[in-house]
Parts: sequence; structure tokens; C-alpha cells
Amino acid sequence: MKKWVIYTIAMAIVLGLPLVSQADPESDRKAFQDYFKNRFPNTAFDEFINGVYAIDAPSREQWEALEEFPPYEIAISQGEEFFKKKFANGKTLGDCFPGGGKGVADQYPYFDTKRGEVITLEIAINECLKANGEQTLKPNKGTIANVEAYMAFTTRGKKINEKIPNDPRAVDAYEKGKQFFYARRGQLNMSCAHCHVDNAGNKIRADILSPALGHVSHFPVYRTAWDEVGTLHRRFSGCNEQVRAKAFESQSPEYRNLEFFLTYMSNGLTWNGPGVRK
Amino acid sequence: MWKSAKHLTLLAGAAILVSNSLLMTPQVAVAADEAKPQDGKAVTEDRKKGNCVSCHDYAGAEMPGNIGPKLENMKTRYPDKADLRARIWDETKFNPNTIMPPFGKHKILSEEEIDKVVDFIHSL
Ligand code: HEC
Ligand code: HEC
Repeated sequence: MKKWVIYTIAMAIVLGLPLVSQADPESDRKAFQDYFKNRFPNTAFDEFINGVYAIDAPSREQWEALEEFPPYEIAISQGEEFFKKKFANGKTLGDCFPGGGKGVADQYPYFDTKRGEVITLEIAINECLKANGEQTLKPNKGTIANVEAYMAFTTRGKKINEKIPNDPRAVDAYEKGKQFFYARRGQLNMSCAHCHVDNAGNKIRADILSPALGHVSHFPVYRTAWDEVGTLHRRFSGCNEQVRAKAFESQSPEYRNLEFFLTYMSNGLTWNGPGVRK
Repeated sequence: MWKSAKHLTLLAGAAILVSNSLLMTPQVAVAADEAKPQDGKAVTEDRKKGNCVSCHDYAGAEMPGNIGPKLENMKTRYPDKADLRARIWDETKFNPNTIMPPFGKHKILSEEEIDKVVDFIHSL
């Protein structure tokens, strides 16, 4: 244990203060997951990675038909090609990751205690390109989404296991992500939680709202509405704009913290990207 | 599409009647149509306006959502129209955690549009 931790505990005992810190991510996670388990008692826990298809049988049938010839397959193979293509210096994207970069997407996002911020897979990919003198990739769609699709594909089946290091800045990043998720936003004055917690399973016009549990598991995603594969942060922007709020930049600290929080909330589920959605 | 086409036919018919009887050009009728503001029901259906139908079912609603309660028996439940208006203007006053947008407070609808919506909803 770090010295200051021991000191704080000692002081707390001396002063008779309660030992609960302000943020308690683990009880947040438990309450979050229990809420969805109670709301959807007929849905097996690991099914929550399938979004709306975990809770609505008719849409699930359409989705299963789509999955027979997955529309994200081209993205996976184009991503693999880019991933294995040699840089000018002879190295490849895979060289920047442990074990050649297969099955490592589960390591992201993570809180980097040296840099004091959340690092996403997308940031790691672009930093690798930059370090090797290559051009970085534009956000939201195209090559970046293809590479992420390939990396997600080789990571399928691993468990989501987000960690919050013992560092006040990590807890702060988590707290900021959590606040973002529950804060009202935009002219329409709605939070993410209004739609994806309080009203999960309800219909907004003809759309059934998916539970926030499992939201991160299957990205990047092929959406028929996009007619292509897009990233998680692109989805965040879309949902911000729906309530007439200004979207944040892809990979902004706001969206990275939100991703960090949402991933932690889904701990114990299985990574199954890329996915396909309406 | 089908509905508006029918609407147009009716208007065209009306325009012909008007022009025949008063010897006016049909353009007058068209101009009057352009100036015609949305009625209360149209505001509740318009995605860019009330979009009430995305959350509420009510008589005549097409493909309604089910986030909010069905809007019915409004006269009995809201004898005073002002009470109904207050909820549409800012539902967060009545339920701080509501998902329903504060249509007046956030200027999503103009005061005039709200009056029309209130008249329409009150008739349900
Ligand atoms: C006005 C309602 C509304 C709000 C507010 C909203 N969303 Fe959504 N969101 C939707 C709808 C509708 C969909 C498409 C159906 C679905 O999968 O839920 C969706 C889809 C998503 C998806 C994709 C789910 C999947 O399985 O692929 C994610 C992730 C998401 N929203 C996150 C968020 C986040 C984060 C916020 C807040 C920043 C937010 N949403 C706010 C309505 C909303
Ligand atoms: C995003 C969802 C949503 C939208 C859009 C919405 N409402 Fe609501 N509304 C609700 C919910 C949920 C309630 C239930 C009470 C609460 O949450 O405070 C409610 C309650 C009400 C009530 C009071 C409840 C009752 O039955 O007496 C009225 C009246 C009402 N809404 C009218 C409207 C009108 C008119 C519009 C459009 C101009 C509208 N709502 C748009 C979600 C919505």
C-alpha cells in the first residue's frame, strides 16, 4: 500500500471518519447490472451484448438473418490488410501491440497512470502510425473503423474486464464519465440514462431503446442506417445530436471518459465486435 | 403522401370554386394555403416540433411510442386548461427526473404553438 493511503486510513481512524470514498465504482457497477437483470428477468446476463436483440424477439429474427451474411465482413478483411501492410520503415501496425496485435482490443480503453488519461484503442492505433512516420487515420468511419473491426474480431470471446487503477485521476475520469452519462443535455434536455436506463425496452416512436448494459461490447458496428461500419464515438455524437446538443469531438476527453465508465459498467460481459445494428 | 395529395385535390377544387364564383385567379387560394400555420395536431406529430407521438399514444396517433402515458380523458383530468399547459411548458416542475422535454422553458415550441397543442390535447 502506498504511504499516503496508509496515512489517510490512519487519519480516518484517528478522526473517526467513515472509510467510504466518495466514488465507489464497484457498487455502481453492481447496482447498474442488477437494475437491468431485474428489468429483463428473461434475458440471460451474457445476452446483453446483443443490444435491443437481447430483449425483443421480432427484431432479433431480422438481426439473425443479417448475421448469416454479416455486412461487416468486408470491413474486417480491409482492416486486416491495413493492419498487416508494411510501413515505409518496414514495420506494421501489429508491431506496436503485444503478440503482434491479435486479440488485444480487450486491453482498451485503459487509464494510463503515467499520462493521467484514458487511452482508447483508436488513440493507440493513431499513435502507432505517428510514431512510425505514417499518416494518422480520420475518426468515425473508413479505415479506422475497419482496423478496429479487425482487432475486435480477433478479440471476440474475451471478457470485458475494465480496471480503475488506484490513482485519484483514474477515479476522477470514471466520475466524469458517469456524470456525462447521467447529465441532461441539449434543447430536449435528456440524459443518456433517460433513454438507455429508465426507458430501456420502451419504444420511442418505432425504435426500441437498448439497455446501456453491453453498449460497448460490439463496436465498431455496421449500421444499416449508416450503410457502413462506424465507431463508438460516432454513435455517441449521433445520440448527442438527437437531443439537439452539440456533439463532442471523437476521442475528446469527454467521450473517452464516457467510454471508460460504460466499459466498466459492462464488466463480466463478453467482447463480440464488430456487430450489426439497424 | 397520400393524405397530402388528397388535401391538395380538395384545395384545388376549392380554388376552382372560388375562381369561378368570384372570378379570381387560383393563385389566391395557393397563397392562403402557404400562409396557413400548422394546427395543434400537426405540431404534436412534427418531428422537429412537438414530436409528442414519439412518446405518447393518443387518438389518431400513428406509430406512437410508449414512453409516456396515453393522452386521453384530458378534460376530466385537467378541468383547468392552464394546468395542462403548465405541464407541457415544463414537466420537470412536476417531476424533476422526467424525460419529457420542457417545450416552453427551452423554447422548443413558441407560446402560440403551445396554445394550439394545449387546445388539441385538451380535446382528447
Ligand atoms: C432520445 C433518446 C436517446 C438518448 C437521450 C440517447 N440515445 Fe443512444 N440511442 C437511441 C436510439 C433510439 C438508439 C437506437 C436503438 C438502440 O439500439 O437503442 C440508440 C443507440 C445507442 C447505442 C448503440 C446501441 C447498440 O446496441 O449498438 C449506443 C452505444 C448509445 N445509443 C449510447 C448513448 C449515449 C452514450 C447517450 C448519451 C450521450 C445516448 N445514447 C443518448 C436513443 C437515445
Ligand atoms: C421523450 C418523451 C416525451 C415526449 C417527447 C413528450 N412527453 Fe409528455 N410525458 C412523458 C412522460 C414519461 C410522462 C409521464 C410523467 C412524467 O414523466 O413526468 C409525460 C407526461 C405528460 C403529460 C401529463 C401526464 C398526464 O397524462 O396527465 C402530458 C399532458 C403530456 N406528457 C403531454 C405531452 C405533449 C403535448 C407532448 C408534445 C408537445 C409531450 N407530452 C411530449 C414523455 C414525453
